[in-house]
Amino acid sequence: MVSDENDSPAIGRVCAELLQSRPRVINVGLAVFAIDLDAQDVDVVHVDWRPPAGGDEDLARLLSMLAD
Amino acid sequence: MVDTAALAPAIRRANSKALEILLQGDPVLIDVVPAKDLIPELKEHTILHAGPPIEWDRMCGPMRGAVAGVAVFEGWARDLDEAGVQASKGCFDFHPNHHFSAVGPMTGLTTCSQPLLVVENRAAGNRAYCTVNEGLGKVMRFGGNDESVRDRLAWIRDSLGPALGSALQCCGGIPLRPLVARGLTMGDEMHQRNVACSSLLLRELAPALASAVADHSDLSEMLAFMGSNDQFFLNIAMAMGKSIMDPVRNIEQSTVVTAMTRNGTDFGIRISGLGDEWFTAPVEMPAGLYFPGFSAADANPDMGDSTIVETIGLGGFAMAAAPAVAGFVGAGSVAEAAGITARMREITLGEHPEWTIVSENYQGVPTGIDIRLVVETGIVPTINTGIAHREPGIGQVGAGVVKAPMACFEKALRALGERLGIS
Repeated sequence: MVSDENDSPAIGRVCAELLQSRPRVINVGLAVFAIDLDAQDVDVVHVDWRPPAGGDEDLARLLSMLAD
Repeated sequence: MVDTAALAPAIRRANSKALEILLQGDPVLIDVVPAKDLIPELKEHTILHAGPPIEWDRMCGPMRGAVAGVAVFEGWARDLDEAGVQASKGCFDFHPNHHFSAVGPMTGLTTCSQPLLVVENRAAGNRAYCTVNEGLGKVMRFGGNDESVRDRLAWIRDSLGPALGSALQCCGGIPLRPLVARGLTMGDEMHQRNVACSSLLLRELAPALASAVADHSDLSEMLAFMGSNDQFFLNIAMAMGKSIMDPVRNIEQSTVVTAMTRNGTDFGIRISGLGDEWFTAPVEMPAGLYFPGFSAADANPDMGDSTIVETIGLGGFAMAAAPAVAGFVGAGSVAEAAGITARMREITLGEHPEWTIVSENYQGVPTGIDIRLVVETGIVPTINTGIAHREPGIGQVGAGVVKAPMACFEKALRALGERLGIS
């Protein structure tokens, strides 16, 4: 959330650095995006993540009450 | 009003207790006894089978073939045709092995005159039973039912079973926990590879067997039978698994799986917090390799109580310990075998302190399947299995790997939610 004007210069520097340097990507979910980036010699780390309970909202709600 | 904040800590405590009982299991093979002397309910015309409950009209081909064969073997029918007619008329009472402290591989039929291996869990004081392994190929557990199959069963009943019983009584029983630990370091996973454990068992049992059997020719035949059967230990591992998991049942709020089993039509699981209720879904087809002359078109869907070994953390869960079996069951490379064990760690609560995997720096096998983790991650148990021909009377046609159906775990989770008042 950008609400403090004092943060703007710092954020601007980060954005500029992002745009001027080679991208380093954390890919979450579908592996195919990571594979494509890797094929283009982009630094990429893949996180094997999927929605809890395969996206079933009822089961996910149940899990949220039962899980640690 | 349900205090939802208290649920997770309560489940954690229940599962901790379940895991403690599981890991303390101290199974000892103590005897071989006729089934009717161990299970009083096992009367004439009563047949125990693998998997969750099923009746004749829904049984798969090899299960029907085995039913016909065992009815002739027990003298309830003159031939296979008459046995089939009797079965279709409801002349036999069918019940799951699991309802009687027993398990059986593949079709898993248990009847009154068959000798059963007895494993005692000395930590909990309970006992569990399993038939004696018949060998490979055309055997009753794979649906074989001809005269050669029945003759072998009669020899096990009349000669091998009593001799094994005498030998075990003579030597005071064989502790299985250290034997399995050693077998794991020698490349067994105790489901589709039992070469090491079968050999270790024979080494321990042979002297007592020699004392128990007076006739050298009989002794030679028994030693040859056991020595030539790489899977002889499987049935012992199964009775061991049942003896370990039964005391884990009925722990209120526990989400630990206490049984996984299949009857060739349905796959069923039980969880500790919901007692003896079955949660079922259609079985899946194994993916595997086939003996010469057979293909996937011949295969019967997944079958047997042998998934009790995966339930305690062996079989597919210990695939990393048994690279030799990965190729046999078509599971892929050694790295892929290790990957299967790694995935099973994501759905289990602990590791066995003594059953370790050398290639994983002596990390324990993953054990204590938690249905919450299965549903959350989408990772289902991987099972190593034999494959039966889908027609009665033929027998084993291959071996492979199969997945437990996710629907069983989802049903169990929903039922637990209802029990806890949060559905």
